[in-house]
Amino acid sequence: MKRRTESVTGGGAPRAVVLLGAQRFDPTLRDAISDFGVKGKIATITAGWQERETDDADLVEHLEGRCVNLRLHARAEEVFKADPELHEAHRTRQALLRQRQDFYRIRLEHALDTELVISQRAAPEAMLEEEERASVDAIRELDQRHLERCERDRRQFDDTIRPARRAAVVRQRAELAAIVSECEGIAIAGGHVASLLNRLALFDIGALAANKVVFAWCAGAMALAERVVLFHDSPPQGPGAAEVLDRGLGLVTNAVVLPQPEFRLRLDDRARVALMARRFAPAHCIALPARARVGWSRGGPSAPYGVLELRDDGTYQTLQSHSQAAIKVRLP
Amino acid sequence: MTHRLAIHDLLDGRATPDRVHAFLEGKSFPLVEGPRVTVVWRGEADGVNLRHWIYGLESSNALSRIPGTDLWYIVVEIPPCSRVEYKLEIHRGGTGHWIEDPWNPYRARDPFGANSVIQGEGYEIPAWTRLDPEARPGTLEPFRFESKALGGPRSGHIYLPARFRRSRLYPLLVVHDGSDYLKYAAMKTVLDNLIHRLEVPDMIVCFTDSPDRLREYPNHEGHAKFVSEELMPDLTRRLPLLDNAQARCLMGASFGAVAAFTIAHRYPGVWGRLLLQSGSFAFTDIGTRNRRGPLFDPIVEFVNQYREAPIAVAERVFMSCGVYESLIYENRSLAPILDATGMQVRFVEARDGHNWENWRDRLREGMSWLFPGPIMFIYE
Repeated sequence: MKRRTESVTGGGAPRAVVLLGAQRFDPTLRDAISDFGVKGKIATITAGWQERETDDADLVEHLEGRCVNLRLHARAEEVFKADPELHEAHRTRQALLRQRQDFYRIRLEHALDTELVISQRAAPEAMLEEEERASVDAIRELDQRHLERCERDRRQFDDTIRPARRAAVVRQRAELAAIVSECEGIAIAGGHVASLLNRLALFDIGALAANKVVFAWCAGAMALAERVVLFHDSPPQGPGAAEVLDRGLGLVTNAVVLPQPEFRLRLDDRARVALMARRFAPAHCIALPARARVGWSRGGPSAPYGVLELRDDGTYQTLQSHSQAAIKVRLP
Repeated sequence: MTHRLAIHDLLDGRATPDRVHAFLEGKSFPLVEGPRVTVVWRGEADGVNLRHWIYGLESSNALSRIPGTDLWYIVVEIPPCSRVEYKLEIHRGGTGHWIEDPWNPYRARDPFGANSVIQGEGYEIPAWTRLDPEARPGTLEPFRFESKALGGPRSGHIYLPARFRRSRLYPLLVVHDGSDYLKYAAMKTVLDNLIHRLEVPDMIVCFTDSPDRLREYPNHEGHAKFVSEELMPDLTRRLPLLDNAQARCLMGASFGAVAAFTIAHRYPGVWGRLLLQSGSFAFTDIGTRNRRGPLFDPIVEFVNQYREAPIAVAERVFMSCGVYESLIYENRSLAPILDATGMQVRFVEARDGHNWENWRDRLREGMSWLFPGPIMFIYE
């Protein structure tokens, strides 16, 4: 399930991976850095904030200046400026992916409607259970096919455009490697998850994370997972359907990361919670409210704080140790 | 079981000026008590009527005078979350004149003036229609266009989002009766707020006006040509617009909705999104005569033909209509026909009438469904 990126900086795995709740109003990053024994400099990634990438004064203050912003968004803009062919190909690919997402969403909405209609029918319990499983299987198949199509599109892009071998990208990756080599940790903030994911992939941040402690929250945490799931139970246009966006970096596997459940999830809606848990099983759906923290290091998982797990019976509970152990993290 | 209302206390026994004063004091009128609303008026008159535009109900309802007082009242059933616009008709000396309710602070304005508004229990003016100091304002620039298709100039306004950058590409929304949407439906504020809340993407909006909308909006070849072959290409040349149907939307209300739909019908594949509010989609099942008068004749002709041979004219269509307006029948009839063509259709009914505040209140759902904002993508 590893996201396919062209890596020229070599492999290697992070020393530890720590997922955090939202940092905007009640930041806990500094405590996490301290608890994971990171004393050196932190490379920050705020590319999810897009044009506001360098509006990071609060983050710098929170880290007491022990950080350097990798400016991935600005670097990508510089790459596109220097390499118009790559820029055009990137735009074309993004348009293709948007269209792909739209078609997937059309099918998905019908599949979810079908699931709802069948679940409302009166029928023998055994039959309903079987039909319910069939409904969820149909949704899972759609999710899987969508992922495969996105992966195929990306592979085609990589094979034809070869971004990792283009001079502008090579130059930026080398600069980034030099900066990150001076750092002990990488902190990936939230923001626009698709934009962030593209920049992380373009500059092969997964490879640069080797032997670093990686901290991530919100969109940053989602991007580390093997599969990025967009979700919002109450968007303005009506009940929202969670949808698979694409593969993530794959540093964290067997988990779907759901930040800001306070605003985005209707955790009291058992049918929605159950469907989410069943749809992505065996992956664990973990919700990270503000102040939540869960980490894995070479020494094993560290005790989670405030992390919730969605269960297939429609309830949720704090993340249990056996579930945390089942979530795999790429570590040396 | 009928709950006892405040007016019943006053009606029990003889009403005196002191008791009337006590009844009125400290209350805001119309007095909303669950689904029942008491409207009052004070003064000397031969008769007082409540005049409203709820389709299907008697449009004129007499207020009763409480004997021995100058207080007139009527209790009306208003379902929760409703908005009802009305006026009071005061009869004196054989003539009647219509006034806004002096006891009611709520007004709805339109090009013809203002009406008083009853806000049913639970109705609130949506927060996203009010000025939000946190929301960065976009800009409105006037434009003027010399149309060959229409043989004269057309004008309007172009909205650019707050973070407009020439290096980005934007969807385009063309709004019929644009000045009215800006003035009576707070559409600039709505755009600023919805963009700020990430509920719709940054977009460029062209607010157009017609000097003769009743002629140019109902399936008019020249108007369709102006919008699709002159205005849109000109905007595409001048502004960074996404050049595909999915990123182009036509919208309008009443006759403006007919204009939006008929333009898309004349130019299939050009306009991918339609936002149709209280569309005047009159039709007949027998013959061609319709009860709405000759202005509707071209619409009836078009809708009758369309119902005979419906085709997909866009990819997504958002329709809304008030259940208190007569057009609810036509809109309810049209929605499944559009849906069956393969277009994605969302039809929303509101407890409201044929008015700008109804259209304002539906903008969020309609626009965010047609153009979902980045809210699903942003986690910070």
